[in-house]
Amino acid sequence: MAKLINLKINGKPVSVPEGTMVVDAAKKAGIDIPVFCYHPKMEPVAMCRQCLVEIGRPVIDRATGQPVLEENGQPKLQFGPKLETSCSTPVSEGMVVITDSEKARAGQREILELLLTSHPLDCPVCDKGGECPLQNLTMKFGPKESRFLYDEKHHAEKHFPLGDLIFLDRERCIQCARCVRFQSDIAGEPVLGFSQRGRHTEIVTYSDPGFDSVFSGNTTDICPVGALTTADFRFGARPWELKSSASICSQCPVGCNVTFNVRREVKAGGGYVIKRAMPRQNEQVNEIWMCDKGRFAGYQYTEADSRLKLDSPELDQALSQAAVKLAESASQAVFLAGGRLSNEDFYTLKQFATRLGAKAYLYTRHGGGEYTTRYGLAPGSNLGNLGKGDTVLVVASDLYHEAPLWYLRLKAAAKRGATLIVANARATKLDEFATFVIRYSYGDEVETVKSLSSKEKVGEAIKNTHHLVIFYGADGLGLTGTTALAQACADLFTSLPVSQTAPKANNGLIGVWSTPNQQGALEMGFAPCADLAAELKDKTVYILAADPAGDDPTLAEALKGAKAVIAQDILETETTRLANIVLPAAAYTEREGTFTSGERRVQRFYPAVPARPGTKADFALIAELAKRCGIDLEGRSALLVMNQIVANEPAFSGITYAKLAEVTEQWPIIGRSDLFYGGTGYENKQGLGVTLSLTPGVSPQGRDKQATLLSPSPAAKEMRGEGLRPKEDELLAVPITKLYDNGTTVAPAKLLAAHIARFDGVFVNPATAKKYGLENGSQARVSLNGVTYSASVLLDESISTGVVLIPRSFGIPLAEPAFVLLTALEPAQEA
Amino acid sequence: MIVELARGLWTTLRALIFEKKVTVQYPEEKKPVKQRFRGRHYLDRYENGLEKCIGCSLCAAACPSDAIFVESAENTDEARYSPGERYASTYEINMLRCIYCGFCEDACPTEAIKMGDNYELSFTDRRQAIYTKEMLLVPVPPGGKPTPQVTPPGVYTRSVPEMKDPVD
Ligand code: SF4
Ligand code: SF4
Ligand code: SF4
Ligand code: SF4
Ligand code: FES
Repeated sequence: MAKLINLKINGKPVSVPEGTMVVDAAKKAGIDIPVFCYHPKMEPVAMCRQCLVEIGRPVIDRATGQPVLEENGQPKLQFGPKLETSCSTPVSEGMVVITDSEKARAGQREILELLLTSHPLDCPVCDKGGECPLQNLTMKFGPKESRFLYDEKHHAEKHFPLGDLIFLDRERCIQCARCVRFQSDIAGEPVLGFSQRGRHTEIVTYSDPGFDSVFSGNTTDICPVGALTTADFRFGARPWELKSSASICSQCPVGCNVTFNVRREVKAGGGYVIKRAMPRQNEQVNEIWMCDKGRFAGYQYTEADSRLKLDSPELDQALSQAAVKLAESASQAVFLAGGRLSNEDFYTLKQFATRLGAKAYLYTRHGGGEYTTRYGLAPGSNLGNLGKGDTVLVVASDLYHEAPLWYLRLKAAAKRGATLIVANARATKLDEFATFVIRYSYGDEVETVKSLSSKEKVGEAIKNTHHLVIFYGADGLGLTGTTALAQACADLFTSLPVSQTAPKANNGLIGVWSTPNQQGALEMGFAPCADLAAELKDKTVYILAADPAGDDPTLAEALKGAKAVIAQDILETETTRLANIVLPAAAYTEREGTFTSGERRVQRFYPAVPARPGTKADFALIAELAKRCGIDLEGRSALLVMNQIVANEPAFSGITYAKLAEVTEQWPIIGRSDLFYGGTGYENKQGLGVTLSLTPGVSPQGRDKQATLLSPSPAAKEMRGEGLRPKEDELLAVPITKLYDNGTTVAPAKLLAAHIARFDGVFVNPATAKKYGLENGSQARVSLNGVTYSASVLLDESISTGVVLIPRSFGIPLAEPAFVLLTALEPAQEA
Repeated sequence: MIVELARGLWTTLRALIFEKKVTVQYPEEKKPVKQRFRGRHYLDRYENGLEKCIGCSLCAAACPSDAIFVESAENTDEARYSPGERYASTYEINMLRCIYCGFCEDACPTEAIKMGDNYELSFTDRRQAIYTKEMLLVPVPPGGKPTPQVTPPGVYTRSVPEMKDPVD
C-alpha cells in the first residue's frame, strides 16, 4: 500500500495515499471543491481552473531538512502567491489547503463568471437543467449578477447532431474536454476532438458516421453542462420530475447496474413509462458507465407496441388449456427457456419440469456451461483489480460487440499492466490493447487454446500469472464448437499448478453469453439441447422468452410438427404467432427478480413501472400452470422463490434478497449533491449483488464425466484440430455476434434502426468480394445447407479471404459453421 | 329595555337610509377585479401568434399544490409552436387543486402563464376541472397566425426573450 500523507484541509486533518490529488483528498474528507474538467476516473488536465484553492506548504530548512517552526512551535507555512488548481496538485506532507477563504472563493467565483460570459440562457429548455453542474456551482459559488451584456455573448450552433444518438449544443460547451478524454482514454475510440481556438473552440467528431462509438451516451453523463444530450431523452422530462428505479441491464451477460427514470405521461394514457436508462455505480461490474445498447435499447423493447396481453378471463382460459395439454403429455413435454428469464423463473420452471417429468432445455447455441459453473469466477472477484502480474485470455469473442463493458474493463486492466491475450480468427477492437494477439483459422479454436502453454511468451504469461481469467465466446462457433472450446479452456486451468487453479478470486472461466441470465440457468443445471429440431417432434413444447421459429426456419418447421406449442413471452414473435396457446408475461422492468451475470454475480432488479394489465411475471405464470397440473409451486413472490433457490441450489446458498441489496461505500463518490464531480450517474443504494460460491468438489475426473453429456457431432470432431478449410469455390460461413442485432430485444429500439442496419448483411474480405464480382452493399445469394438467402454484402478488411461472417439474428440461420456458395445477384435479376 | 331596542333599530335604520349600498346584483352585475387579482390562468401568445410557453415545466415545479402537468416536445421550422427548440405538447392545470397563489406566474421565464380575471369556475365533474392547453391558450391576436406555424430557418432560435423588469 502506498505511503499515507497527512495534510489539513479547511482545518480538518486528512490522511490519504501518496499521489492523491488535493481535490480527491478533500472529497474523502467530505469537502467539495468545485470542478469542471477534473473527473475522478480520468487523468487531471487542469484546463478549466475552477478548482482553485489556497495551498500552503511547510517551509523546510535546506541545511537540516527539517521543517522550520514558528515561535509557537507550529511549522512555518509558505503559501503560494497565487491560487493553485487542486485537481492537478498532489498532496504532500504537512500541506495546508484552504478551499473557502475569501481569496479562494473569489477565484472560484471569477472563473464561473468567465464561463458564464459565453453561456446561453438556456436552463429552462436545457435537458441538463436540474442536474447541471454549471447551474449548481453557479448557485453555490457563482456571482450573483453578471457584469457582461447579453448581446456580447458568443453565439454558435445550437442543435448539432454529433451522431444520431447525441446532440451537441456548441454554445453550452465550456471546453472542459471531459468528452474528448473519455473517448480517447476510457473508451479507446478517439472520435471527438477540438477544432479552432480561443472562444471559437468547438467540439467536432472525426468519425463517419459521426460520433461512432458504443459508449457515446456516457459523455452526456459526464459533460458538466447541457452541451451533450441524448436524442432519446430529448425534452423527455425535467430531471426533478423523474422517479428512479434500480435495475440491471438485460442486453448482455455483463449485467450493468442501471437506474430507470420513470414518469407518468399523457402520451401513454396517463400511465408510467420509462424515460431513460442511466448507469448506476457498481465498481465491480460497470463502474459508472454503460454502453449505448443498454442505454438506447435496454428497456425500449418492454414498451414496444407488440407487447402481448390477454384479458383476465382469456388468460385464465389459456392457462387452463395449456395446463391440460402439459398434464396430458407429462414426460412427452419439452420446456425450452431463453436466457432472458430471471433466476426465479428458471428455478420454478425446473421444479415444474422435474415434477411433471418433462425435459427442460436452455435455448442457446452457446455451450460449455458445465465448465463455467465449476471454473467460473469465485466470490471476491473484480475485473477492476486485475493488473500487473495477471493474465486475461479472450478467445473467440469480439467483446466490444458482445459485452462492451467487459471490453472496457479489460482495456483498463491491460493499461494497468495485466497481460491481455486476444485470440480470434479475425481482428477485433480489443487487439489494439492486447499484449499478445493470436490469429488462427476458424475451426482451430480448440487447438489454439491447447497450444497456448507451449508457446514461449504466451505460455510464460499463463503459467506465471497470479490470476488467470479466460473469456470464451461463440465467434464463429456453434454449440459443439463452444462446448469443445470451453473444455479446452477448462483443461488449461487444470494443467496449471494447483496454486492457480484452486478456486480463488479473479480466477476463472467466463462465457460471453448472448443473454443476461444464461449463467443463472446453467447454475441451476439447465443445458442446451444438441438436436433441438428432432427433440421437438410430436412433443408438447412450452417455450419461454425465446423465439426459435424466428431464428431458424428449420425450428419453425419442427415446431409445426410438435403436438402443441405453448409460447410465453413479453412480445409477439414468430414463435408466438405459430403457437397454439400464448401466455403474456410481464417484462422484467415490471417485476422483481434477479439475474446472474457472466461473472456469476447475482444482482437484483426492481419493478420500475407497474405490470401491464393482462400480464404476469414468468415465475407466476409457470406456478399457475403447475397448479392447474396438480403441482404446487411457489408463485406468490420472487422473494419466496429465491428463498427456495437458496435452500435447494448449493451455488446460491447464503444469498438473500437483503444481502443482494447491501451496499458498501464506493470510490469515487458519485451521484450525491455533487454532480459536478462524478457526473449524473446514479449512486448505488439498492445493492451491489453477491457472487455465487463455487460448487465444492471440483475435480478433473468429475469434469470428464460431464463432458460426455453432449456427444459432439461428426462435424465438430472434424473441426477439432484440423480447422475448416473450404474447397475451391466454397466459402466458410461462420456465425458472429454484432452489438446491435436484430433480435427481439433490440429491434424495437427505433433510435438504433440505422445502427442495426449497418450489420444487416454478410461480411466478407474485399478480395473475396472482388473474386465473386461483389461490391460493398451489393446483393448476393448465399446458398447454405441447401437453402438460398439473399443478403447485402458488407466489406471488412480484417477478415480473412475464404470466410463469410454471418451476423446472428439477421435472417440467415447459421447454427454451426458451414460451407456456402456466394453468388452475385444482378440488380436486373432482382427486378 | 325599550331604549336598547330603539338604539339597535336606529343603527339598522341609519345603515339603510344614509350609507352607500354595497350589494352587487351578481351575476347580472359584476364588480371589476383589482389589477393584481389572481383568477383563472391563461397561456399567452406573442403578437405573431407563436405561443410564449416553451414547455419548461418550471411552473409545475413551483406549484405548491402540484396542479400543473407539462410535457414537452421539439419545435421544427416546419411545425413551430414557440420560439426556440422546445414547446409544451401537453399543458394541463387542475383548477380544483390550484390555490391561485400565482407562483407559476412568477416562475415562468417567458411570461407565458398568467393569472387572469376569471373567477367564475364551476364544474359538474372533477374531470372538467382539468384545463387543457387548448382551453388555456388565448386566441391568436389579429395579424398573427395560429400554431403550428411554418417559419423561416434561423430566426426563432432563442427560447427565452430578453425581458425587462416587471413594472407593476
Ligand atoms: S461538450 Fe461537454 S464534456 Fe465536452 S468539452 Fe464541452 S462541456 Fe466538456
Ligand atoms: S455492457 Fe451489456 S449489460 Fe452493460 S449496458 Fe451494455 S449491453 Fe447492458
Ligand atoms: S396559482 Fe399556485 S397553485 Fe395554482 S397552478 Fe399556479 S402555482 Fe399552482
Ligand atoms: S408556462 Fe412558463 S413556466 Fe410553465 S412550462 Fe410554459 S414557459 Fe415554462
Ligand atoms: S482545472 Fe481543476 S477542475 Fe478544471
